[in-house]
Amino acid sequence: MKTYLFKRLLAAIPVLFIVSTIVFFILQLTPGDPALVILGQEATVDEVEDLRQQLKLDRPIYEQYFNWLFNALKGDLGESYFMNESVIEAILSHLGPTISLGILAEIIAITLALPLGILAARRKGSVTDQSVMAFSLLGMSIPNFLLSLFLILVFSVSWRLLPVAGYAPLSDGLWEHIKFLILPAFALGTAHAALIARMTRSAMLEVLNANYIKTARAKGVKEKWVIYKHALRNAFLPILTVIGQSFLGLMGGTAIVETIFAIPGIGQLIVNGVMRRDYAIVQGAVLYVTFAFVFINLAVDMLYGIVNPQVRLDSKK
Amino acid sequence: MTISSENIDLHAVKSALKKEQNKILFRQIMTNGSLVVGFVIIAFLMLVALFGPLLIAHDPNTMDVLNRFAAPSADHWFGTDNLGRDVLVRVIYGARISMGIGVAVAIIASMAGLIVGIYSSYYKWLDHLLMRISDGIMAFPGLLLALALMAALGGRASNVVIAVSIVATPYIARVVRSEALALKEQTFVEATRALGASDTRIIWRHIAPNTLSSLIVQATFIFAEAIIVEAALSFLGAGIPPPAPSWGNILSDGKTYIYKAWWMTFFPGMTITLAIIGLNLFGDGLRDLLDPHSSKATK
Repeated sequence: MKTYLFKRLLAAIPVLFIVSTIVFFILQLTPGDPALVILGQEATVDEVEDLRQQLKLDRPIYEQYFNWLFNALKGDLGESYFMNESVIEAILSHLGPTISLGILAEIIAITLALPLGILAARRKGSVTDQSVMAFSLLGMSIPNFLLSLFLILVFSVSWRLLPVAGYAPLSDGLWEHIKFLILPAFALGTAHAALIARMTRSAMLEVLNANYIKTARAKGVKEKWVIYKHALRNAFLPILTVIGQSFLGLMGGTAIVETIFAIPGIGQLIVNGVMRRDYAIVQGAVLYVTFAFVFINLAVDMLYGIVNPQVRLDSKK
Repeated sequence: MTISSENIDLHAVKSALKKEQNKILFRQIMTNGSLVVGFVIIAFLMLVALFGPLLIAHDPNTMDVLNRFAAPSADHWFGTDNLGRDVLVRVIYGARISMGIGVAVAIIASMAGLIVGIYSSYYKWLDHLLMRISDGIMAFPGLLLALALMAALGGRASNVVIAVSIVATPYIARVVRSEALALKEQTFVEATRALGASDTRIIWRHIAPNTLSSLIVQATFIFAEAIIVEAALSFLGAGIPPPAPSWGNILSDGKTYIYKAWWMTFFPGMTITLAIIGLNLFGDGLRDLLDPHSSKATK
């Protein structure tokens, strides 16, 4: 187990390295000078030049790159040009909303998808099954930013049930916190629910035809037990993979939904960073997102072993 | 005499067989609900994109200040926007931009993905390099990468195509690579190699054509993804610069006035959703037709 963990973490290093290198050079290609953006159009040439020197933007690209890389290895991701705080502080302060949103969206996705997928599999070919599949197609086809707008139209503009946008931290109370997150979480969760429901259905269909299910039924095991204890447990591996992937999407792909609902999360941090040419922030946040990706993937693989003990992580892959 | 009559028979048998095969294929296509419905939706939107603008007399940017925020009516089916521009006209012109970008990305990403995928399946040293790079690109949310690329390239339709193609290429390359890896070990490839065929010939004459069916299926999904990413980029203000009526731009205007004019959001939004549903159905149907193994589990 330990060697497996070690190997996986080792394999993450080149991915982290490549992503940060790609992003560094894309940002360097970006027209627009952060110094000029900070000082505004009225600044004199000398002032801009001074600031460029201060921010070390006047050094050659490769020098800037190696500087950033060595500092990053020491755990220092630099300072934001605009926010008067270090990149690590900025990421930490934006992490909470993204995690809350991601978890809520995932809860919505799973509570919708698992029962629907199981129901569709049990009644294969029926109207119920077809409705679930149609819902799943619709859910996968509506882009999340569109669904956000539709939800705002219905629940905020027409019915005035929930706020249009904004965010309240958990310290303001649970309901206050969740109130702002319901619509964005639904907007994000629906597409994932659609995918998980599809996967649940097909995984359950495969398992439900297996001989041990027939045996269990023949022995007179209650249907509920057959479904939840015998079938679902064995069908759970592919479902878990999809859930893991969807959670990954949530940790990084929430940028546009966070922007629409004005939630100060990581996605919004990156979008603003790109727009304002805040290189250090984008670099750091990208590194975080990639790290989260690798970490969640690893966590999902570890869970395989717990859900299904037949999976041995140490054995040769 | 006997030989020629046998020849004639053979021809007749061959053409009868061909006819029978075509009939079966036709039946397979017609009984494939997703394929037919998806095709009809996409064909309709393509026709709108190609010929719609020719049939409409007025320009999508014509303003009619007296008629701002007019609700949907017989004159303006989709209503008018904050500058009095007809939303339906803008959505029709937008089909040209958004569908055009989708087609362009699907073609470019398919070609790039085919080259990357096939060469990395064939040369091991190249495989390590290219697959690590595509791991890197895929480890990062596509929209954010496209956003960063757009910031670097500048907001123009051609740059949207480049940015989204870069994001999409690894997904095609993955599919082609896994297909080509299996093909490489097949007897017919070995036989061709034993006959002395060059690597280039084996790759392009024998392996590449056999990866096409999976590639085409994947390309329809990339088409859909490209429409979504274009809309998202323009929505964030990093895509095609306004006032060009791309679907994303129309939505972005709609968001500003969501309290005042629901139709500015609803109709372009439904059009995008229709396009994505059409492409997803078409892709699913195509997969059932061309690549029955992969969809067996979900049937």
